[in-house]
Amino acid sequence: MTQTQPIIELDSIYKSFGSVRANKNISLKINSGTIHGIVGENGAGKSTLMSILYGFYKADKGTIKISDQKVLIADSQSAIAHGIGMVFQHFKLVENFTVLENIVLGAENGNLIAPSLKSARETLKNLATEYELNVDPDSLIENISVGMQQRVEILKALYRKAKILILDEPTGVLTPAEAEHLFRILKNLKNEGKTIILITHKLKEIMSVTDTVSVMRQGEMTATVKTVDTNPEQLAELMVGRKVLLQIEKKAPIIGSSALYCRNLNYTDEKGVHRLKDINFNVSQGEILGIAGVAGNGQSELLEVLAGIKKAEGEITVNSNNISLNSRTSNPLTRRHLGVSHVPEDRQKLGLVMDFYAWENMALGYHYKDQYRSNKFFMDNTQLKLETEQRIKNFDIRPNDGDLAAKSFSGGNQQKIVLAREIEQNPNILIVGQPTRGVDIGAIEFIHRRIIQLRDAGKAVILVSVELDEILSLSDRILVMFDGKIMGEKIAATTDERELGLLMAGIG
Amino acid sequence: MDLLTIIQILDSSIRLATPLIFAALAGLFSERAGIFDIGLEGKMLVSAFLAAAVASTSGSVWVGLLAGVFASLLFSGIHGVASITFRGNQLISGVAINFLAAGMTVLVAQSWFAQGGRTPSLSGASRFDPIILPFANELTRIPLIGPIYSELISGHTILVYIAILAVPSAWWLLFKTTFGLRLRAVGENPEALDTAGVSVIKTRYVAILICGILCGLSGAYLSTGLSAGFVKDMSAGRGYIALAALIFAKWRPWYILTACILFGLLEAISNRYQNIEILEITLPVQFMQTLPYLLTVIILAGFIGKAVPPKAGGQPYTKER
Repeated sequence: MTQTQPIIELDSIYKSFGSVRANKNISLKINSGTIHGIVGENGAGKSTLMSILYGFYKADKGTIKISDQKVLIADSQSAIAHGIGMVFQHFKLVENFTVLENIVLGAENGNLIAPSLKSARETLKNLATEYELNVDPDSLIENISVGMQQRVEILKALYRKAKILILDEPTGVLTPAEAEHLFRILKNLKNEGKTIILITHKLKEIMSVTDTVSVMRQGEMTATVKTVDTNPEQLAELMVGRKVLLQIEKKAPIIGSSALYCRNLNYTDEKGVHRLKDINFNVSQGEILGIAGVAGNGQSELLEVLAGIKKAEGEITVNSNNISLNSRTSNPLTRRHLGVSHVPEDRQKLGLVMDFYAWENMALGYHYKDQYRSNKFFMDNTQLKLETEQRIKNFDIRPNDGDLAAKSFSGGNQQKIVLAREIEQNPNILIVGQPTRGVDIGAIEFIHRRIIQLRDAGKAVILVSVELDEILSLSDRILVMFDGKIMGEKIAATTDERELGLLMAGIG
Repeated sequence: MDLLTIIQILDSSIRLATPLIFAALAGLFSERAGIFDIGLEGKMLVSAFLAAAVASTSGSVWVGLLAGVFASLLFSGIHGVASITFRGNQLISGVAINFLAAGMTVLVAQSWFAQGGRTPSLSGASRFDPIILPFANELTRIPLIGPIYSELISGHTILVYIAILAVPSAWWLLFKTTFGLRLRAVGENPEALDTAGVSVIKTRYVAILICGILCGLSGAYLSTGLSAGFVKDMSAGRGYIALAALIFAKWRPWYILTACILFGLLEAISNRYQNIEILEITLPVQFMQTLPYLLTVIILAGFIGKAVPPKAGGQPYTKER
C-alpha cells in the first residue's frame, strides 16, 4: 500500500546551537504510509532534525509542511496535534508511575485522573490486540523490561492518535528477538497506513525494514534513496564521506598460556541483588574473549570486579598470581601492577575527568609512575605533554591538541584518549567495555583494528559489548551472560546472531 | 498524670503542629514538583511579620492574613524566578530567602513601629480567636468524651481546622486530579511531561504558588493565632523542622500529619515540664527544649528508614544540550 503522497515536507531547515551548526539547509520529503530510515554518524544532526519536527527544539529557519499544509510546530503539544508521535532514544517515562498513568499523562480528559485511566484502559486493550503491543497496564515502569518500556512509548504515541511515528535508535537496548518483534509492530503500523521515521546507525536494520533511506553527514542531508536501490557499503560511504571497511580482517588466533582465570565469582550489590552468580572462565594470551548479553545482565558488574573497582566473592588468577577478590589488596592499582588495563564502559564517568586537559587524562591512574614525575613531589608535565603529543599521533585523535579539556573532544575521540592511555601501558590483559558506544563509524574501524593488533601481539583481551555485531566480528570465543550467569560459550567462527540471541534471552 | 493533663498536652501539640503542617505541605507541593525549598523558614517569617503588622494597623486579622500570604507569595515568586526561569541553584536561592527574611523583617518592624523589631501586640479583632464548637460547654461534664470534645477538638482558631483539612485536600489534589498527576510527573521526570505536551515551567510555577500560599498561612498563624504579634526570628527553625517532617513523612500527605503532630507533641511536652524525672535522673529543661531539633537532626541524617525524594528534585530543567 505504498502511496506516493508526501505527508511531511521539510524545506531548508537550519538549526545552530551556539557556534555549532547542527542542521544546514535540510530539505526532505517523506511519503505517507512508508517506513523512512535516516542514517548518519553521531552528531550528524539526525536527532536534532527529529526534535525540531517534534517541537522539542525550534528551527532557526525553514518551513515544515504536513499533508500539504504549512505548519508551525512551536512545542510538543502542537506536534501531537498534527499527529506526530516520537519514541526517544532515552525513554521519557516516569519510573514510579504505572504504565497507564504514563500513557494518559498530558492527554487526560477532565480534571480527575480516574475517568482518564478508565478510558485509556479500554483504548489500550484495542491497541494491544491490533498491533501485538501487550503490556500490563498496572505495572510500574521501573518493574518492566526496557523492551516493554519501549512499547509503552509507542502506545503513548498511538493513544494520542499519531499518524506519524518517529523512533530514535529504537533497537539499542533490545535483544535480537525483541528487535524482531518491534519490526513486526512497525510493519503492522505501516500496513494500517501510518508513516514511520526510523533513526538508526545500524545499516542492517535500514536494509531490512525501510522503504526509503536518507543519509545525513555533518548537519547536511547528503542523499535520499530507495532502499532497494542501495547497499550497506554505499550507505556507509555516504555517511562517513570515504570508503569504510565494514568487515574486519583478522588472522587466526595464536593461543598462548592462560592469562586470567576466574573461579566462582559471586557479587551482590548494595541493594542486595545477586548480580554475578558462580562465574567461571579462562582467557588466554593471544585471544579475544567476547562477553555478550543484553545490558544489565551482570556484564558491567563483571567488568568492575575484574578491574578491581568492586569487591566480590571468589578468586581470580592473573598470570599465575592468585588474588582473593574481597581482600584489601584487591583494587585497581594492584591490578595495574599485574598488567591488567581497563577501559571502562562509561568513559565519561570512570575513564576521564572531563574538565581535565587531554594530557592530564593521559596520566590518570599511572601518574604515580617515575616516568611522569620529576621528583618526589612534582609531576613532570613537560614529559607528559610530549608523550601525549605522540599518542595523539598514534591514535589519530582529533583535534590534535593535548591542551584541550577532555569534554571538548567528541565521543569517539574521548574513547581514543582512554584507549591510548591504557594500550600504551603495554598491558598483558586488556579489559574493555563497550569500546564503540557512541563512537562514529570511522573511529569504530580504528578502535577495532587497535584491539586486534593487541591480540595479535599475544595479549589477552576481554571485550564486553551489547553490540552483537561487534562481539561476533572481534571475538575468538564468546560467553553469553543472562541474569548474572554465564548461559553458554560459543566459538565465534561457528555461531551466529540467532544462536547468541536465544542465549541472551535466557533460553538454551 | 491525669486525663486532663494529657488532654491539655495533646491540645497544645495540635496548636504547635499547625504551622508545621502548613509549612510541610507547602514543601510537599514544591518538592513533589522538583523544586527543593529550603526557604520555607524565610517565607514563614515574612508572612508572620506582615500579617501581624497589617493586622495591627488595620485592626482586622483577615486583612493581616491576606498580607501575610501576599508576602510569602512574593518570596515564593523570587525563588521561582531564580530556580525555574533562571535555572539557578535552589539551595542557594532558598538560603538567600532565609537571610533576607531574617534581616528585613526586623529592620522594617523597627522602622514602622520602633518597638525593638517587634510589632505591637495584637488583641481583639486583629487576632484569631478560638472557635467554640457547638455544645462544647454543655458536654464538658460527660466523662472522657466531654473533655476530649471541649478541650481537644473545640476551642482552636480557624487556621488550625484549615490545617487539618488541608491534609486530605493535598492528598486529593496530588493523587486524584490530573493536575496532581502532572505535578508529580514534573518532579520525577520533567522531560516526560514536556514531551507529552505539557509545560514544565507552568506546572512548576503553579506548585511554587501553592507552596507560597501555604507558607503564608503558616507564618500568619504564628503571629496572629499562636502568639499575639511578631517578634524577631519567631519562626525559630520551624521551617527546617517542617522540612524534616516532610522527609520523615517520605513526601506523603498523611504521614506529614503524623510527623508534624509528633514534633508538636515534643514541643508541647518541653513547654509544659521544666524538668522531667525519669528513673531518678533529672532531665534539665534545656534538654527537653532541644528534643524537636535533635529529632530533626536525626531524621535529616537519614537514620529513619530510606526516604526516596522525587527524582528530579533540585535540578533545573533544561532540554538536552
